[in-house]
Amino acid sequence: MSDVVERTLSVLPGLLGQHDPGVGPGGGGGPGRVSATSRLGSLIRSITALTSKHEEEKLIQQELTSLKATVSAPTTTLRLMKECMVRLIYCEMLGYESSFGYIHAIKLAQQGNLLEKRVGYLAVSLFLHENHELLLLLVNTVVKDLQSTNLVEVCMALTIVSQIFPREMIPAVLPLIEDKLQHSKEIIRRKAVQALYKFYLIAPNQVQHIHDKFRKALCDRDAGVMAASLHIYLQMIKENSSGYKDLTGSFVTILKQVVGGKLPIDFNYHSVPAPWLQIQLLRILGLLGKDDPRTSELMYDVLDESLRRAEINHNITYGLKALTYVIQQDPNLALQHQMTIIECLDHPDPIIKRETLELLYRITNGQNVIVIVQKMLDYLKESKEEYAIISLVGKIAELAEKYAPDNEWFIQTMNAVFSVGGDVVHPDIPNNFLRLLAEGFDDRKEDDQLRMYAVQSYLALLEEEDALYPQKFLQVMSWVLGEYSSLVTDVDPEIILTKLHSLLKKTVITSETKMWIMAAVTKIASHASCSKTVDKLIQEFSNSLDTCMRQYAFELKHLCEDKALMRSLLPFDGSCNDMVVDASLSFLDGFVAEGLGRGAAPYKPHHQRQEEKLSQEKALNFEPYGLSFVSSVSSSGVTGRQSPTGLSFGSDTSGNSAETGHKETNTLKLEGVRRLWGKEGYLPKKENKVGKENEPQTVSCGSLLAGQMGDPPALRSDQVANLSEEDKEKQQLASTLFIGLGSNAGVSLMGKADTATQKFKRKSKINETQSSEEASDFQNSAASDFGPLLDTVPINMEDCEGNVRTRLRKASLCSSDIVEDNLAFETPQSLKKSGLDDRLPDSRLSQSSLFADSNIEIFQPSQNAHCESASKTPLVPCLSEELEELTHSEVVELCQSDALALYLCKVWTDDSLLLIVFVSNKTTSALNAVNLVFEEAEHFQILESTTYQFPVIEAQNVERCQKRVWMDKICTQGILSGCINYQSEMETRLEFSITLSLVDFIRPMEMTTEEFGKLWLSLSNDVKQNIKMSSSQDSLSAALSTLQQKLKLHIVDIIGNEGILACQLLPSVPCLLHCRTHSGMLALWFRSPCSALPDGLLYQCQKVMEES
Amino acid sequence: MIKFFLMVNKQGQTRLSRYYEHVEINKRTMLEAEIIKNCLSRSKDQCSFIEYKDFKLVYRQYAALFVVVGINETENEMAVYELIHNFVEVLDKYFSRVNV
Repeated sequence: MSDVVERTLSVLPGLLGQHDPGVGPGGGGGPGRVSATSRLGSLIRSITALTSKHEEEKLIQQELTSLKATVSAPTTTLRLMKECMVRLIYCEMLGYESSFGYIHAIKLAQQGNLLEKRVGYLAVSLFLHENHELLLLLVNTVVKDLQSTNLVEVCMALTIVSQIFPREMIPAVLPLIEDKLQHSKEIIRRKAVQALYKFYLIAPNQVQHIHDKFRKALCDRDAGVMAASLHIYLQMIKENSSGYKDLTGSFVTILKQVVGGKLPIDFNYHSVPAPWLQIQLLRILGLLGKDDPRTSELMYDVLDESLRRAEINHNITYGLKALTYVIQQDPNLALQHQMTIIECLDHPDPIIKRETLELLYRITNGQNVIVIVQKMLDYLKESKEEYAIISLVGKIAELAEKYAPDNEWFIQTMNAVFSVGGDVVHPDIPNNFLRLLAEGFDDRKEDDQLRMYAVQSYLALLEEEDALYPQKFLQVMSWVLGEYSSLVTDVDPEIILTKLHSLLKKTVITSETKMWIMAAVTKIASHASCSKTVDKLIQEFSNSLDTCMRQYAFELKHLCEDKALMRSLLPFDGSCNDMVVDASLSFLDGFVAEGLGRGAAPYKPHHQRQEEKLSQEKALNFEPYGLSFVSSVSSSGVTGRQSPTGLSFGSDTSGNSAETGHKETNTLKLEGVRRLWGKEGYLPKKENKVGKENEPQTVSCGSLLAGQMGDPPALRSDQVANLSEEDKEKQQLASTLFIGLGSNAGVSLMGKADTATQKFKRKSKINETQSSEEASDFQNSAASDFGPLLDTVPINMEDCEGNVRTRLRKASLCSSDIVEDNLAFETPQSLKKSGLDDRLPDSRLSQSSLFADSNIEIFQPSQNAHCESASKTPLVPCLSEELEELTHSEVVELCQSDALALYLCKVWTDDSLLLIVFVSNKTTSALNAVNLVFEEAEHFQILESTTYQFPVIEAQNVERCQKRVWMDKICTQGILSGCINYQSEMETRLEFSITLSLVDFIRPMEMTTEEFGKLWLSLSNDVKQNIKMSSSQDSLSAALSTLQQKLKLHIVDIIGNEGILACQLLPSVPCLLHCRTHSGMLALWFRSPCSALPDGLLYQCQKVMEES
Repeated sequence: MIKFFLMVNKQGQTRLSRYYEHVEINKRTMLEAEIIKNCLSRSKDQCSFIEYKDFKLVYRQYAALFVVVGINETENEMAVYELIHNFVEVLDKYFSRVNV
């Protein structure tokens, strides 16, 4: 009964209170008034009246219960629902979840009249987030409202789209929103721009094709639309400022108009014209003018004008910030404000203190470093906040490295950094510090003094019994002690060993730190004759439960038995010697070949195995199991039990070493690593094997140690030639890094002096990550050769387990192949120098036979392939007959000088893009030693070497060379640049660049409909998009043949209004496309194992469809 | 970029909150409590900007009411500081008795 009464009551206000909808929460109706808003008003009032959190919670829970009953009752009208929604929003804003109302909010947006719809949309935007599943239910409503003739409905739909919209549903509304850019009402245009900005942020690929329309928005007659478009431009210019330099003039003009007060008066804020718009414009101009004096020139006038008009506000932090930026330009300015800065330093507000330190950091030099660092350390000791500590510690370390006046100070400061910073310090800090110690400076004596001082200070620190140091600090200490303690002659190594030993027994020490300590013990033991502590330690940890510790103990034990080996393995100060890790694990070649010979299944990468398992689950397997499968079980059973090599310490360690060997490829020099193994098992020199076996295992715990393990001299000797160049580069790096540390550098400004060193540092890092990325990319593409997938014999679980080991080895083998190939291109001469050339052919042969059944593609640097291709031709470049038959581009001119002309022709062969470069000698004398060099490109890979030398080009003659290219990293368009140089009277150099498009690397992929179906199911990355069809290609077949002609897609089948196409990105990454036409739209659906490929292809499809 | 917009009174009760990046509801309450604690602990002669975790807070006090805006490091603090005032002025225009 009471239920009915309550329901009636709750409906009442809906019936009565339709008047006065505009009253907001603050105003509210009086107590006697029963309007929709008054319910909210009374709720707010009663909450405000409460005194405790507990009472509030009780009241709101009550409210929510009654709301829940109301919204779920079928008799509730939309008007009442609207009222409930407002209260739900309020409850949720106070932190009480009201998820039961979410679905009703969507319904309200769907079904209500204007005002109800508005509340519905508002509730949805507040309740849900981008990835909420309910959001999909809203898409249809949004599409409907976008097409509405009522402006308010369109506005609401556009607003919700710019607030939250599911990324994958963008194609459904994109064409509608694009149309709105031409709407006659400015508010609609503005909201459309905002919606597109949102799309740009979450899915930039999808709005690539409407960049021109953004320009229209920028020039819109309404200032609001223009202002909205600035958001998009700021974002785009942040990502690529060079692409928008031509717009500088427009931005300057706009700013001029704004500053000049040309905007409507509504834009003024306290008589400043549109301040936020000005800020936005200044940001954009800042990005455009950065490092570009020519563009900056255009802005000076207007900047001057804006500065003059701007009222300077004195909020002290802001002032400091401004000063910080200004000081980067001119340090002398800081002098004028000295006193202010000093005052700020003692300011009670820690925020201001921190800003001040930031400023000081910028003006640090060799003379003031001690004071500034002391200030920073003082602040650090007071600070509790982790973020502040991390950033400040990093700055101190940087300054200490850069400007340290003497060794003592440097070590003490770093000690403070490590002990205060604790374990939150950025890992680069200890790494850089150790590298500094290890690499040293030019002066050997100086180095040793620094190292000795470090050792002494650590010994002193460890003297204190109860002191607790952060793990990272202990790791640093143990590395330094292990490496350099022998420099200090007046301390008995036994004492150091005892100290380390007692550290090992502490419970607070993590196992990672223990590894560092053990490594230190091992190193110290190699210098000492024999030690009781070491014996005790071996005994103690030989049966430790920690496998790593146990392994270390055993290693130490074996090494102690052979002191000579130990000493050669751990030479003093060997940390900077480059060592060669045989990442291909070639010493296992014989073993793997033997396994394969006995019929073991070849290695399949993880994802391929999974896909096979998937496809196996989906369809019955009618094929009989092959014979080889049976034998593989037996052979793998044997390998499972046998230790693969005599020296291996246990099965898990060998797995471990394979992994780390692989991982080390990022940091270690690998040139000269050979990928030589075959059926007959090519074995490198026996004595090398011993060294190689040991290295990766010692490396396995604590990667920093890797650098310090010197390789046996036997192996090193034949590398010396290659390394000397590397060493020089390193020394150069070191000397630039530590400039000002040895010599007393004057006022060297962070911003400026820094750029050179920092750039260098960063660059080398990028290269590293890139090469590893390239490697993995390539690995993926090589591994995803789907040839065998479609008709292969499925493997079963037993087989998987048994063969894991063999696979592991092969996995690292594959990846190292790639690494090596990359390296081979970088340093083509290294291969030749090490005298491996003559061996390559037969190793290649054996490899191809080895991989014949597994279809893993391998390409080798074929040195002679292009040598033969160069042949004499007349001055007009033309292709040879066999190339003429292939599809190829026109011959275009690349560049010219007085003596030379370069022409290019692209030939699209089945397995690569062939670039034919013609070099014609226009002079009347022969040119000798003409070198063609391609630069390393981020996106492309040249399959053979990147250089080519024409020994001689006769007068008035044309020579040509060809390079095979693959796309390494997917992009829609990229540039491959290079240069040609030759010796005339002086060295002459001619640069050129070649634009390559994704389409250059797309080839049709032949398959049957059935194969397509299978492959389709196994692929996971998909992208869908609707595109408009122009009138010329209104039928599906016309559209598809456009795609076939322009993009070289293979049409697999056309059924009714659907079509399927397939293509592959060279060498063998497939991409499948499903097309469907409906009402003038072409729905495209891509799938590929590579995530970037569908996006790239989609862009190309849009382009060709628009062009035709 | 603005991450959230808060209006909190001196008792620490949230009067208005708007998040522009999704934050779980229970985390919101905790975040708001911590933020207001931070703001209240500051005196009048300290600046209006607080570095808090990996973002910055810009606040202004109007009688018993704090308006706090959370921004990331790319945003200009002064611009937001003025924006708050602009917002309050707009409120004042609509509902004459805002600061009560």
